[in-house]
Amino acid sequence: MSEMCKTAVIGDSASVSGFAALGLSVFRETEAEKISKLIHRLAANGFGVIYITEPAAALADEAIKKYRSRKLPAIVLIPAIDGNTGEGMRGLHRAVEKAVGSDILN
Amino acid sequence: MARLNVNPTRMELSSLKKKLASAQRGHKLLKDKRDELMRQFMNLIKENKQLRSEVEAGIAEANRYMAVAGSVMQREALETALMLPKQEVELEVSEKNVMSVYIPVFSPKYRTGDTDDIYSYGTAFTSVDLDGAILALSEIFPKMIRLAEIEKACQLMADEIEKTRRRVNALEHIMIPDYQETIKYITMKLSENERSTTTSLMKVKDMVLNQSHNFN
Repeated sequence: MSEMCKTAVIGDSASVSGFAALGLSVFRETEAEKISKLIHRLAANGFGVIYITEPAAALADEAIKKYRSRKLPAIVLIPAIDGNTGEGMRGLHRAVEKAVGSDILN
Repeated sequence: MARLNVNPTRMELSSLKKKLASAQRGHKLLKDKRDELMRQFMNLIKENKQLRSEVEAGIAEANRYMAVAGSVMQREALETALMLPKQEVELEVSEKNVMSVYIPVFSPKYRTGDTDDIYSYGTAFTSVDLDGAILALSEIFPKMIRLAEIEKACQLMADEIEKTRRRVNALEHIMIPDYQETIKYITMKLSENERSTTTSLMKVKDMVLNQSHNFN
């Protein structure tokens, strides 16, 4: 089974503009409600991978959680232009904690 | 442990014995599944961590260039330069089955054959830092795709491991002991019944003999 899907980037303008040159669909969005709606809309419209900046992801936690246990889309946190909050790495630690029972990374 | 609420009959006993056997087989299988999932998860999570640090470093570099580009160029000029991308990327999604966890596999397909063909603007009116930012992003992009794939795999596997562990524990600590205790209870009850029948028969026999022959 194989199908084609698109790739999106969500975040503030400065952080995500560069991705447009690579051919990704860029969405400049910084309001919590709009981000959640956008995520749902993208998930329903054949986007397979959604990169989202950490500050934007913090605003749409519920929407992201919803897709965590589904096969698609994969929502990946990336650092925004004003620095890395470490949230992406924390997500990794959470997965380890869930699977193993305690955080054994490091 | 709680005994199950069943009638102490031979039929129940044999059906419980069958259930116990299949619970024990299921327990063994699920335990193996959990161990194998865990082994694969540990490999993946190591790669995931490594990949994430690389991607975050790459994006940070691109962001540094972008910040400089943003400060030397006008915002509008920057947006205009990136408005019409030359390149377009689509992902071909296939799936891989790891211990009955279906994880997606992405392979990128570019619109133009040349993956370096990324600059959607002339170089006359744009800052060199914008080129740097885009180059850095395009270098890290294959890794970003792999990261998406592997991070999804880790999340799905973590879910599955948790579920499998719960099942293993429920079988090991609740269902199997319950069955064993109930089977023991029924066996005891049945042999108790048998003994009581034997004794009452002996008693009856004594009484009958006594009546007919005056034996003692």
